[in-house]
Amino acid sequence: MITILKNRMLKGVLTKKIAWAEPRVYETAGAELKALIAKKFGRSLNIREVDAGSCAACESEIIACSNPVYDIQRFGINFVASPRHADCLLVTGPVSKNMVLALKSTYDAMPGPKFVITLGDCAFDGGPFKGSYYIEHGAGSIVPVSLHIPGCPPDPETIVHSLLNFLKI
Amino acid sequence: MDYCDLLTELTQQHGISICKAEEMHPDEVYIRVESRDLRAAAAFMNKRLRAPVSMLFAQDRRLRNEGFAVYCVFLSSQMKKWLFLCASISAGDPRFDSLSDVVYSAALFEREIREMFGIESVNSTDIRRIRLHEEVWPQGRFPLRKDFKAEGGAVPSQVHYGFTRVEGEGVFEVPVGPVHAGVIGPGHFRFSSAGEPIINLEIRLGFTHRGVEKLFEGRHHDAAALAECVAGDSAVSHAVSFCHALEKIYKVPVPVRGRYIRAICLELERLYNHANDIGGIAVDVGFTFPSAFCAIIKETVQSLNRELFNHRFLKGVVCCGGVTGDLDDERMRLLNSTLKAVRRDLGELKEMLFSSVSFIDRVDTTGILRRKTAEDLGVTGVAARASGLHVDLRKDFNDIYEIARFRIAQESSGDVLARLRVRISEFEESMRLIDEFAHNMPSGPVRAEGFSPQAGCALGYTEGWRGPVLYWIETDPSGAIDRCKIVDPSFLNWQGLAYCVLGEIIPDFPVCNKSFDLSYSGSDL
Repeated sequence: MITILKNRMLKGVLTKKIAWAEPRVYETAGAELKALIAKKFGRSLNIREVDAGSCAACESEIIACSNPVYDIQRFGINFVASPRHADCLLVTGPVSKNMVLALKSTYDAMPGPKFVITLGDCAFDGGPFKGSYYIEHGAGSIVPVSLHIPGCPPDPETIVHSLLNFLKI
Repeated sequence: MDYCDLLTELTQQHGISICKAEEMHPDEVYIRVESRDLRAAAAFMNKRLRAPVSMLFAQDRRLRNEGFAVYCVFLSSQMKKWLFLCASISAGDPRFDSLSDVVYSAALFEREIREMFGIESVNSTDIRRIRLHEEVWPQGRFPLRKDFKAEGGAVPSQVHYGFTRVEGEGVFEVPVGPVHAGVIGPGHFRFSSAGEPIINLEIRLGFTHRGVEKLFEGRHHDAAALAECVAGDSAVSHAVSFCHALEKIYKVPVPVRGRYIRAICLELERLYNHANDIGGIAVDVGFTFPSAFCAIIKETVQSLNRELFNHRFLKGVVCCGGVTGDLDDERMRLLNSTLKAVRRDLGELKEMLFSSVSFIDRVDTTGILRRKTAEDLGVTGVAARASGLHVDLRKDFNDIYEIARFRIAQESSGDVLARLRVRISEFEESMRLIDEFAHNMPSGPVRAEGFSPQAGCALGYTEGWRGPVLYWIETDPSGAIDRCKIVDPSFLNWQGLAYCVLGEIIPDFPVCNKSFDLSYSGSDL
């Protein structure tokens, strides 16, 4: 217990210490995003993520968004466990044929109004897997997509900035 | 022991005639046998080398009028060689006797060959498809055959996937997935349980199948970028194995400095993934602070990756002939200072985890995978080392690791705690190795310039952070890939997970799962 308390104090608040980028850029974008989410979604934007055949790098970066350094939750973005709780569906991967039904069902299970974001190059048009016998032509051929976040995989900062630019419209 | 002695024993004591045996590369021996002898020869190798089947795969050689070929690969860590049993199979009647009743680790591979090539393994007990789900894929279409066309034939097969059912009073089934509550990959898990304990767990995968092996066909060395996307968290391991195979075929000598930088990248990949898993084990028993602490360590290593090589997952670093980037003095200093901080954090993390009685209570003796089971299933990598198997390709092959006096991590109890301990000790070893590598690394070029693509076949391998990543590649005279077979350690290890949870309660499944931390995409290809 004492080690936990000690480390809690020693580490302090990490979100202000993003050393590799200009920390204020991320923080300012986050504050702006938070204000927009408060206005447009009544304080929180709930996202349900579905892996439709990705290589797990995109998942890793989405999880990194919630780590103590980026801590995207403080801007009002939550990753929820059920499509019933979600405003937004976040799709990664080129959509393997085996995932078509699961992806559709997840989308159908969400209450409206709802929208879909694709994340990572594969989800847009198959990316490096384009032309394979077992994938669809990106998530757009299965569900209506409103925003695409490019990258292989996009890093947490890109994810936050893309969301901000999208919600500004 | 020499492989010639082994072959003499095989012919004289077991009456198996060997058509031809040749050493294609210093570490690869190809032994051609008749297809009717394949089963007996594989059983002999399995017993004699005390090694499971590392790979079993087929190849369509009908365009060369050679029918199909089947390769069964064993690793002899004593001889430091890969032994390939090769058999030709007639195109008219594609079948061979199933190996799985004598060598169980062949079972999954046989299912794979059946669905991808339509080659029947006679008498195998399990003929269900793994990746081409019955619900969406018709019968009789075999993607890895050369005459396969992607278009047409969209009518799904009417056959249903048969889950093993446990029946009896009070037995109930809990189906989970493919879409899970967390941000993770898709897989379907079906628990049969009576009261609390799990009686049977069926894992159905294939949801992230993208047809990767087919995509490699016709590509050249630039397909390293595709190899990086097979399993995103093992980008370096896959790229290194892929390039290793091509470098053996094209006879490209990788400069020593290039080999060192690859090794540093492999260890950095091991660091961030092991940090992630240690945190995952903590959070799956509800111990959140150490988990957040691990997330910080992971983030530190991944941002270090970006500073050093411009990519958080180290994609784009490894290329055929070496690596694309060098480490200058300034970057080496950054690497050193960051690892110093990480080492301090790991010390704190260990104290937090091991001083918590309730945490140890949850992980100790949970999810035991016995040594015998691991051996029979062909479990590899971290999970094998936690169950008392002394396997690590870094010990068997790599000279760089030998100079750095690599120490293999070893536990024997096979439970979640053992796998956690293996991860922690590998984490410490990786940091030590990176220090050693930085110290031993000579100056010079990092990439061999110019190579001539040519025909040939070779096995590329490396010990990734989950276990051995294997790429067998054959090229045509223009140097283009004709067949690429990939085996990610997850493929065999998923079965280990299905065994280790038996008798445990369903709420302990997540922590058992995380202690293996297997890749969906690496297994599904």
